[in-house]
Formats: sequence, structure tokens, C-alpha cells
Amino acid sequence: MEHREELVLDIEDLVIHYVLEEETVCAVNGIDIKLGKGKILGLVGETGAGKTTTALSALRLVPDPPGVIKSGSIMVAGHDIMKLTPTELEKVRGKDISMIFQDPMTSLNPVYTVGEQIAESIELHENVTKQQAYDKAQEMLELVGIPAYRSTEYPHQFSGGMKQRVVIAIALACNPKLLIADEPTTALDVTIQAQVLELMKDLIRTYGTSVVMITHDLGIVAEICDQVAVMYAGRIVEEGPLEAVFNDTLHPYTEGLFNSLPNIHSRTEDLKPIPGLMPDPTDLPPGCSFAPRCPYATEECSRGIPELKDMGGGHKVACRNYADPDFTIERRKKQ
Amino acid sequence: MADETMLVSKKYKRRSQAAEIWRRMRKNKGAMLGLVLVILIVLIAIFSGIFLDYETDVIGQNISQRLQHPSLAHPMGTDDVGRDVMSRLLYGSRYSLSVGVVAVIIALVFGVTLGSVAGFFGGKLEEVIMRASDMLAAVPSILMAIAIVSALGQSTLNLMLAVGITSVPQFVRITRAAVMTVRNQEYIEASRSIGLNEFKIIWSHVLPNCLSPIIVQTTLRVASAIISASSLSFLGLGVPSPDPEWGSMLSAGRKFIRGYSYLTLFPGLAIMITVLSLNLLGDGLRDALDPKLKK
Repeated sequence: MEHREELVLDIEDLVIHYVLEEETVCAVNGIDIKLGKGKILGLVGETGAGKTTTALSALRLVPDPPGVIKSGSIMVAGHDIMKLTPTELEKVRGKDISMIFQDPMTSLNPVYTVGEQIAESIELHENVTKQQAYDKAQEMLELVGIPAYRSTEYPHQFSGGMKQRVVIAIALACNPKLLIADEPTTALDVTIQAQVLELMKDLIRTYGTSVVMITHDLGIVAEICDQVAVMYAGRIVEEGPLEAVFNDTLHPYTEGLFNSLPNIHSRTEDLKPIPGLMPDPTDLPPGCSFAPRCPYATEECSRGIPELKDMGGGHKVACRNYADPDFTIERRKKQ
Repeated sequence: MADETMLVSKKYKRRSQAAEIWRRMRKNKGAMLGLVLVILIVLIAIFSGIFLDYETDVIGQNISQRLQHPSLAHPMGTDDVGRDVMSRLLYGSRYSLSVGVVAVIIALVFGVTLGSVAGFFGGKLEEVIMRASDMLAAVPSILMAIAIVSALGQSTLNLMLAVGITSVPQFVRITRAAVMTVRNQEYIEASRSIGLNEFKIIWSHVLPNCLSPIIVQTTLRVASAIISASSLSFLGLGVPSPDPEWGSMLSAGRKFIRGYSYLTLFPGLAIMITVLSLNLLGDGLRDALDPKLKK
């Protein structure tokens, strides 16, 4: 049992539905995530796979209504998030767990200086005076590579990359145990992306923060993550250590994701996108939700949801085909 | 450094937003005219209490001097009981301004509170607040004010209350609309994610972003509150005589309008100039606070 205590994030059998009048959107359908101290988990999947909903649930920020957490338990740094009262939740948010939002352009309040905004979180969670909080805010700014004198400027005086640095400074200001980064670099251009990622990587390593990195960019995952979980239609279809998932890909969907990336070694090769679209989350297929698009799908696949099975070394996959010991996907045959 | 109570950086001065707004406003001639006039009227209201004696100059009757046309001794003439119109007019600014300002503060406090709660939380609460404010708005405001004053009795305070209550719905609507656009911004969710409670979010993150329409509405509302108060006084429901409220002076001069038109002219002008200058100021503020609005 002592092993569980070390987990910073422990989500078990999480089910979240958006209940609307006419329909129910099954956004997250039974997810387990376990994340140890100082580890970085990449949560990968296409738009609408339920990544953001999963992340928001860790702070209990899923908009309610219409979002309903049907079942599951969420433990963050020893707090049972589902059982906390609103006041207790406010203490945990920002202190033990904080979040970096997708769009730095809109996640800063335009009427306050960036210094004030960083100081706000410090003042709220640490027993310090306003002036001390502000001094700490200036240190945080320096830490993310922005000169302290700019703490008196407003968000509109910053570029996108710098705004995201400010957001990172706010998120890390109280030295949280868990950081949730919801596509932190999607709104930035590629060079700035690299800088911001590098910065995050450094800060995360120094502070020993655990991170859930939500992204649809496999490059980012390869760059900074230790573990990967691939989500599809509200379920994790493959998860494991970074090398295992990238080099010994098991799930056909993950293979499809890799095939959709251009290959630097054979530039003339056509991309092989995954045919079809994500299933409608209000009407998921009865079996494996990837089956309708899967090149390896058999009759079996539409008969019940495949379980996540450990294939050795913590590398898990949810695919029926592995019942047959000789089954391998195309990508592995090539290697 | 101990006396530094404001949250400012020790080393670096911030470029104030107020300075920026002031710079934009200075370019607008109409707004500056409005501002100068408003300051002038406020100064008159303050100093008339010092330089004029209420008992002798303002309400002291002098029948031998009744109904004199404007002259050097009485630049705006005297009324039917021999009171100097100019003294009464200057002193009257105290009533008109205080009624306007206090009424709007009442409307502001209730309107902004209800509007931000309705806009931020939505749902049933919003429905109840908005329908209640619609009901209040559906009754013509002057009729509403008459009803309130007749129910509570005629006094300056009740006049303020009546005019204030009738302006609440406008503030509720404006605040709600502004809050609704801000509440879905990502920085509101972000402030939740660092652990702020809902009311603190409304107060320190939502409302500062809704400030410009509220400020503009406030200056414009002061003007219309002055008109409402004067109309009520004109109808005999406002500031009780012999206090020199502009509306009641206008009403009193009405009987003599054929021979002594200056009795109605000057109070009318006073109301007009005050309202016009507040409107000019309000319009100028709107442009200065929101530079995108301009053309």
C-alpha cells in the first residue's frame, strides 16, 4: 500500500458525461491514471478524445451543469478531490495542483499587471504580506526569463510566448505537486514552442513537480515526457513508458497517429492518415470504439469493449487482437 | 518602505492606466468642456454653502423687493417673495447634485450587485433577478418615483431613494451584459484554478473588466437623475419648499412666466447646463475608456 502514497495523481475508473437535454455526451469512459512524483505524463489524443475533460476533473473544474462525474475517484497528493468541500477545494487549487491553459492570450486578466497576477496566487496560499508576495512574483518572473522590471506591465504589452511564460510563472508560483498543462504550446509558433518547452522542462526538473501534459503533438511528448497515455473516445487505448510506446507501438490507433506524421528520412513518402472520423461521443459503438476505423478490426472487435492489458514492463494496450500471440501491427514488422 | 501600502514594485514604476485614459480624454474637446463645467458646478455647490447664508440669502423673504427684473443688485432678478434668484440658484446646486449623486449611488450599489450575481451565476437566480428588474423597468420611472414618494412621504431622502430605485434596472442590465461576456474568458477559469472563491473572482477579476460601461452609465445616469428629481420637485413631490431645488424653483416661477420669464429661464438653464455637461463627460469617458469604439 505504501506505493500508493507516493502517487501524486491517482485517478480510478473515472467516468464523465455531459448530460444535455437532448443527448448525453460520453466524454470520459472509465480512465485510470497513476502518476508518481516528478514524473511527466503525456496525454495524447485527437480533438474531442476527452483529454481536457480528464484534466479539468483533477481540479473539479468540469463545468457543471452539464458535466457530471458519474463515477470514479480522484486522489491528488493525498486529497480525495471528489470529497472535498468547496472551501477545501479552493485551498488545494493553486497550492497542490495548478493548471496551465491552452491560450495564453486569454488566460491573463487584462486589467492587472502581470506582477499582480503572479502575486495573487502566492498571497492566497502562502502566509506572506502583499509586498513579500510581490517580491516573490518578481523572482518568479526572472525565473521564467522575463526581466523583473516588466512586472509592472499589463498583459497586452507582452508577446504570446512571454504571456505563456507568465502563465507558467503563476502556475509554479506556489510550488505545486501536480501541474496540468493543457496544450501549453499549441497557441505558440514553433521556435517559441521550443523555448517554452525547454523552460518548462527545466523548472519541472528543479521543482520535482509531476506533470500531466495534454497535447496532440507527439513531438512534444517525445521531447519531455516519461510516460505516455493515448486516449481515444474517452478511453485510454495504450499507455506505458515513453520508449515502449514510441518504439514498440502496440495499438493500431497509436500506429495511425505515427503514420500521420511526416517521416524525415523519406520525405517523398505519402502521409497515411487514419481514415474516417472519431465516433460521435453521444453514440459510441458497442465494442472497441476504434474498430470502425481500424485496419486490423475483426468481427470480435465490435463485441464488447477491450480491456487494458499489461503486455510487460507497464506497457498496456486495449486491443483484442493481442489475444492472438502472433499478432503484430505493420509498424513493428518494418523494424 | 514600511509605509508602502499599495501593491507596487519597489524599483519600477508602472505606467498608469488612468494616465492613459486622461491623455485620450484631453483630446476630446466636448468631454473637456463637460469636465470643466462639472468641476465648476461641484465647486459652486461646495462654496455656496460657505458664502451664502441659508437663513438670509436663500430663504429670507423680502416682500419690498419682490419680482424685480435682473439688475446689478440681483443679476437674475428676485422671485415673488423677494428672494434673490441667483443666490437660490447657486445654493440649489447642492440639492440637485446631491440628489443626483446619492440616487445614482443607491442604484449603482443595488444594480451592480444584482447584475453581477445574475450575470455570473446564471440559472434560476438570474431568471428571478432579471424578471424582477424587468417588472421594475416596465413601470414608467416617473410614475414609479411618484408612487414611492407618496408612499414614503415627501422629503429629500425619499426623493433620492425614489429616483435611485427607478434607475436600478438599467444598472442591472448593463452589469449583467458586461459580466456575461467576461465570465467565460479563460482568465476567469484560470483564477478558479489557483483557488480563488467565486465572490472574490467577481469582485477582483470580473468587475474590473466591466468597469467602463458602468462608469459611463453612472455619469449619464446622474444627469437623468437630476432631471427626474427636478421633475418630481416640479410636480410638488420633491424637495420640500422653501429649499431652493431647481425643479421646484421652476415650478414656482411657472405662475409668472408671462411677465417674469427669467424666473423659469434661469433654473431651466441651470438644469440644462448641468445635464449637458454630465452627458458630454459621459460620452467623452466612453470614448476614452474604450479606444476601439472610436470610428
